[in-house]
Amino acid sequence: MTSAENDGAGQKQTAVGLAGEPPADADTAQAALSSSAPALLADSFGEYTKIWFRRVRSGESGALPVVIGLIAIIVFFQVRSSLFLSAGNLVNLITQAAWIVTLGMAEVFVLLLGEIDLSVGYTAANGAVVTLWMLSLSHPYPWWVAVLAGLAFSAAWGAAQGLLVTKLGLPSFVVTLAGLLGGAGLLLYLANLAGGTGGTIRLNDPVLSAIEGGSLSPVAGWIVMIVAVALGALFMLVRDGRRRRSNLAAPPISITILKVVLMGIAGVVVVVIGNTNRGVGFTVLRGVPWVVPVVLVVLVAWTILLSRVRFGRYVYAIGGNAEAARRAGINLSRIRVVAFTLCGLTAGMSGIIYASNLGSISNNVNGGQNVLYAVAAAVIGGTSLFGGRGRMLGAVLGGLIVAVIYNGLLLLGLGAAAQEMWTALVLLAAAIVDTLARRGNAHT
Amino acid sequence: MVAPGTPDGVRSAEAGGAPSGAGSAQADPATSPPLLRLRGVGKHFGPVHALIDVDLDVPVGQVTALVGDNGAGKTTLIKCVAGIWQPTTGEVLWDGASVRMHSPKDASDLGIAAVYQDLALCDNLDIVQNMMLGHERLRHGFLDEISMELTAKQTLTDLAVTTVRSVRQVVGSLSGGQRQSVAVAKAVMAEAKLVIMDEPTAALGVSQTELVLSLISRLADRGHAVIVISHNLNDVFRVADRIAVLYLGRLVAVGPASEFDRQSIVDLMTTGTSSRRSADSAAAGESGGVSSGSEG
Repeated sequence: MTSAENDGAGQKQTAVGLAGEPPADADTAQAALSSSAPALLADSFGEYTKIWFRRVRSGESGALPVVIGLIAIIVFFQVRSSLFLSAGNLVNLITQAAWIVTLGMAEVFVLLLGEIDLSVGYTAANGAVVTLWMLSLSHPYPWWVAVLAGLAFSAAWGAAQGLLVTKLGLPSFVVTLAGLLGGAGLLLYLANLAGGTGGTIRLNDPVLSAIEGGSLSPVAGWIVMIVAVALGALFMLVRDGRRRRSNLAAPPISITILKVVLMGIAGVVVVVIGNTNRGVGFTVLRGVPWVVPVVLVVLVAWTILLSRVRFGRYVYAIGGNAEAARRAGINLSRIRVVAFTLCGLTAGMSGIIYASNLGSISNNVNGGQNVLYAVAAAVIGGTSLFGGRGRMLGAVLGGLIVAVIYNGLLLLGLGAAAQEMWTALVLLAAAIVDTLARRGNAHT
Repeated sequence: MVAPGTPDGVRSAEAGGAPSGAGSAQADPATSPPLLRLRGVGKHFGPVHALIDVDLDVPVGQVTALVGDNGAGKTTLIKCVAGIWQPTTGEVLWDGASVRMHSPKDASDLGIAAVYQDLALCDNLDIVQNMMLGHERLRHGFLDEISMELTAKQTLTDLAVTTVRSVRQVVGSLSGGQRQSVAVAKAVMAEAKLVIMDEPTAALGVSQTELVLSLISRLADRGHAVIVISHNLNDVFRVADRIAVLYLGRLVAVGPASEFDRQSIVDLMTTGTSSRRSADSAAAGESGGVSSGSEG
């Protein structure tokens, strides 16, 4: 022990006592590295990639495997149908994916706690009904008032479920199953009330229609993309700089540059696709759909909420070990209720995007199926159903995969049967990869 | 009276609990009054008496080992001290003042930290996040990761916890001893004056046990009061400055570790009395442990 102490005193610069570890612990130290963020451990490029590969093998892999899966599925569909990668279809795909992606992000809040919300599909639909109803009155409200009301309704729905779960200690599965059934009934009632016998409420507001139907001008698309990538790069550089000045391990500059370049490539691809003329005949239709920056803002906001403030830290802590969180003085019920509320709120956003895509909302929205897409999106994106693990970005990528399968099979002329089964297979594949990786990790 | 104490056990406990032995006070090495004092503490669960009339002093800068067979009341006792349960009878004195703790939060506000190997840490968070959990620092409203990482690192260095490669490791990937170290460091960083450790070396390998034991010694050297519960007598004799033996809810012996040997501890744990420890020396040791309490 004394030798370790001596070494430790001299070693505090890099990590606590690198050289001081006794030989018996070398294996554990190696295994230990596997599930930690390489960005905060490594100083050199080689070290970084080494740690990163270990992490991928142990199931704490970050976004890349999902991205690779997404690319593989895209290549598959492109080989089967040359139309798949046409600008028109890709923009179509983005607008189809937007509500799934957003609903997946909603689900992440509660999945991280180890809970589930089965009602989000109908929470979304009912929130959209509230908004569209207020816009379809003979004296319509301003669009933003209607949006706020719809979001408030969805958030309140989530909060009510959260209160039942925390205050009465009911299982979230049961509470939100009741929420699903009740929400389905409420949708029938509200849609028939507001939309007459057809049960369909049209969306006539130009602003909300533009979310899915409208596009940024090509120049604006470039400007938004460049600003977004620059802000991302600035954030990483400032953070790394501060860590280096404090003598803490920071990712090597080459990795940061690589990340910025990848971000830039993704941005350029989206803008180029969006700016390609996808009009039919003589009509010219160009520009990135508005929904892209809208979803991006939600993604960034929720990512900051989960990773940079106390609330998010506590969500992960409760999902990891609720008892430890309680002993650390965290107010469990407050965090849980807020998480359910945010889940409802985000579901409301998804509902408005959904309505914007369809141009209406009706009583035959299949909220029961939509929630399963949301859960699938989150799980495919690496969110654990047992809580404590997952990211908003994962839900976005997982939602894209679900949407790509939907879009691609439709393009191949295959119907709902094939689409459901393929989604099921991808979901199972994601779960299997996740479980095997974690099992492998436990053995090391 | 459900606890079927043998006559020997009862007599021995009475000797240990008798304030009448106040005359011979020289046995306690701590000059300052003990940080924690239990006076006549009892805990009943309905008709079951889990603790009966326990008097115990816990001085700063020393490791007090609490030993006893299964069901002797060790866990009940530390739960009463950690605010998880409230004693049915008797009082708890903290820094000389009588306190009633209604929750673990009350106890931690006083500076009492109980370290449970499995309950203290979130496997999915890294070491820094775990150590700062509930005490996160903010900078412009956002988590100040750098300041927290530096603090966590410094605390681990101060405690000479040297086997963790990086403080950004996820706790789930640590070995048992490392986890225990992180849990202790978390308690230290929360400015605990009294650290209670329940079976800290259970389920640990040899080198890991060594790591935790030396950490316990360092805690005491740094001026913390430490209570360790252990079944492992090797560990007890390694680290304990004082030993308290519980038998069927009663404190049957307490005193400096030097007054005990392995056989006397085993006898006390299993029968509540020990022939190896003569009645005279036992009485002297026990009254020595208690006497400093009766001064206050």
